[in-house]
Order: sequence, then C-alpha cells, then structure tokens
Amino acid sequence: MSRHVADDLTYRRPMSVWWWTRRRSYFLFVMRELSSIFIAWFVLYLLLFVRAVGRGEAAYEDFLDAAASPWLVAINVVAFVFVLLHTATWFLLTPQAMVVAVRGHRVPAAAIIGAQYLGLAVVSAFVYWLVTR
Amino acid sequence: MPRPRPPLTTKRRIEPLVWLAFSGGGVTAAMFMPILAFLFALAFPLGWIDPPEHDHLAAVVGHPVTFLVLFGMFVLMLVHAAHRFRYTLYDGLQVKHTGLVAVLCYGGAAAGAFAAFHLLGGAT
Amino acid sequence: MDENIRLQVTRYRPDKDTVPGWQEYDVPLRKEWTVLDGLNHVKNEVDTTLAFRWSCRMGICGSCGMNVNGEPRLTCATFLSDYAPGPVTVEPLGNFPIVRDLVVDIGDFMAKLPRVKPWIIRDEEKSVDDGEYLQTPEELDAYKQFSMCINCMLCYAACPVYGLDPDFVGPAAIALAERYDLDSRDQGARERLDVLIEHEGVWGCTFVGECTRVCPKHVDPAGAIQRYKLKAAQESVKMFLLPRAFR
Repeated sequence: MSRHVADDLTYRRPMSVWWWTRRRSYFLFVMRELSSIFIAWFVLYLLLFVRAVGRGEAAYEDFLDAAASPWLVAINVVAFVFVLLHTATWFLLTPQAMVVAVRGHRVPAAAIIGAQYLGLAVVSAFVYWLVTR
Repeated sequence: MPRPRPPLTTKRRIEPLVWLAFSGGGVTAAMFMPILAFLFALAFPLGWIDPPEHDHLAAVVGHPVTFLVLFGMFVLMLVHAAHRFRYTLYDGLQVKHTGLVAVLCYGGAAAGAFAAFHLLGGAT
Repeated sequence: MDENIRLQVTRYRPDKDTVPGWQEYDVPLRKEWTVLDGLNHVKNEVDTTLAFRWSCRMGICGSCGMNVNGEPRLTCATFLSDYAPGPVTVEPLGNFPIVRDLVVDIGDFMAKLPRVKPWIIRDEEKSVDDGEYLQTPEELDAYKQFSMCINCMLCYAACPVYGLDPDFVGPAAIALAERYDLDSRDQGARERLDVLIEHEGVWGCTFVGECTRVCPKHVDPAGAIQRYKLKAAQESVKMFLLPRAFR
C-alpha cells in the first residue's frame, strides 16, 4: 500500500495489526497490558463473593461450589497467571519509572524491586491472617 | 514563612490525574491481587485451604473499615484496568474510534465503581 | 578468509518504484567488518546506485541507524560476523518515511526536537563578566546519562506508539527534555512541562520499553518518560490543590 501524493515521493510503511507478534518483547508487552482484563475480572469476582457472604451462609456455600466448577476454575487459573505477570512486570519496571533517593544517593534498582516483594509478602501474610484466623 | 514552590505547569489537564489513579491501581493490584485471587478464586473453592467459617468472613466483610478499604482498592483497580485496556485497544488492535473507546472503558470503570458501592454496601 | 555473507537490502527508487523491494548482495565476511562496511563495499565495488546515510563510523554521529534483521541498530556498531552465516536483512529505520533505498525522512524528528526546548533556559542570563555557571560533579551526574543521546532515532524506530501515532513527541525528545530539567544550571522545567503535559506529550507512551533496549548510548528514554508522567501528576495535584495566590 503506497500513499503517494504528487509532491511527496516518500514511502510510508503501513503498520500491521499483528506488529506485536513479530518480536518477543512486543508480545510480552501486549500480554502485560492484557492483564488489565483479568484484574477487572477478579474485581468483579470478588464483588460477587462479598455479595454472597453478605447474603448468608447458604449463599456463601453455593458460591464456593459454583467457583469450583471446571469452567470457572479454568478462567480463574488463566486470570491468576495474568495477575502474577502484572505483579512481576510492575515491580520490575518501578525502579525505571521513579527515582528513589536516600540521603542524596540513588537507591539501586535491585533494592527497590526487593522492597516491593517484601511488601507483597507482608500484605499477603496480613490478608491470609485476616481471613483465616 | 517560605512560600510553597509554585507548580511547574500552568495547565489543568485531566491526563495526569487519570494516570495517577492508573498507577495507584497498578500498585494496589500488584500488591493485593495475588493473595486475594489465590485464596478466594482457587484455594478456598478447590479446598486446598479450608474455607473460613461464614460468620468470620461476614464479620470481616461487614466491618466499615473493610468497606472503605475494599471500595477504594476496587475503584482504583477498575480505573487501572480501564486505562490500560483503552491503550491496548489503540495500540494492539489499532482501534481508531478513540473517543468511543475512552467512553466505553472509563464508563465501564464508573459502572463498576457504582456496582462496587452497592454490592459492598449491601454486605455491611 | 574469502567467505561471503548475503545482505538483503531494501531498494526504493521514488521515480520508478511504487513500493520498496529487495536486492541481494554478497559481501566478504570479515571478522572486523560491520554492516556499514558491507554496505560501503557494495557502494564502492558492486552497485553505486545504493543510497544510505553514514558519517563517523564510530557510533557518535548517529546517522547510520537502520533496521538490521528487523531490529534498529547503528550499522557502524553491528558486526556482520554476529549474523553469520546470514543472510542479513538491512532495511531503512522503521516508522520513518523512506526517501530512497535506506535513507529515511527525519524531518518529523527535527521538527519535534525544538518543541521541548533542549537548551539551557535561564530566568535571567548572567553576563559574561559574571563568569561561568559552576556545577559540581554530583550535579553533572544528575543528568549525564540523558546527555549521551546522539539523536540516532533508533528509539523512534523501536517505538510502536510512534509508529501508530506520529503526533507522539517520542522517546529521544522527551529524554532530552529531562536532560535539561535535571541540569542544575537550567530554569526551564516549567516551559518543557507545559509542552509535554499535552495529550501528544508523554501520555501516549505505554511503557513498551523498547526505546531503552535499543538505545546504543544507554540513555533510558522510557525511564525519562515515566518520570515525566510522575512529575506532571505531582504538579497537577499541586495545581488543583494550591490556592491561586501561591502559583
């Protein structure tokens, strides 16, 4: 496809809709961005979970049974993998996106990434304690 | 008294604030979603871990602090997802109706926030 | 060593062709030869009609950028032996209009560069008699990484956002804006943010990160853009919260 104009003989290369399949890093980028769908899915899922809890013990048990159905498990496994991809890529890119300085010295990227995983561990332990104690 | 440093810009734009919400939602999702999704979507329904008693969960969910925290987190994560998905449609699929895409994505997030308010409020 | 390696080179002659095509050349595969050496061999010995840009051959002028096997590279710093046994495809730098063969139209980048005001801006210029603007080594380090940019435009070729939306200011220009913002002698951060806070400024960037990966000078434009977003967000919050008198 050429877009010739009388006085412009330059050739502009069209960009394929499939540009992101041509390179591994582009593909990973699009997968990372698609994690957004699964974040939204889990927000919806957790909202329905909360609603079931609010409706009483029977509704709660029913919801747990429904959530164990093969289709829902399959969706949730895929969604969980994308959530992990989101967490890993988000932590990895944070040191590039923000400069953290302590007493005038820039904190190394590895320290920022490590601190985030520490935060993840603390948050996870707290949530686990809160819901199962 | 030293005056606060004036802002570096003279322009009021909505993009920076949306981006701030996107980032906040991204951090929230990265920190909280793995454990929440693991427990409530996999471990409890599949019996890997014994599901908590209903009374205990109802007490946790019914607490006003839980309502505030969950509502704030869910809204941020919905904005995060809407913002990111919007640009995925622009870049990944080259959807040209940019205005329509933006309305649908952020509209979806707003509808989700409305639903979150009612569903969470109904459980407390 | 008389081994050869095949180059598959984009040809586009605007007076004859409506779409670019390929032409193949076999060039000697020598250990110390770069892709640019191969192209110069073609130009000198095989086909004088092949058009491409180059100048310094030492990775500092930034004019010999091309897509080598689909990846934006400085051809003077890309060795043929790394692609043996070949073939190696050599295309014009991605995302830019092709003028002829391997030469692209860089007018868009040249127009964007001055929009971010990549020079030192002072509220009041010191006179020459007042002496130079002094800077400590720490103050130099603050912006040094971003000052390494050689305007080779590999980052624009790697950026899908620029390919899809040519209005996007783009990686190198924003990295250069950051370079001057971080310079202790500069007072122009406000003027630059007013440009970059606009829709076609930093907001199109989705942090693909390829600009940083392909940069031959390790400038990290992707990092600069995200930091600009954070800066714009902080300043916008201030703008909305602070009473008018403080602005």
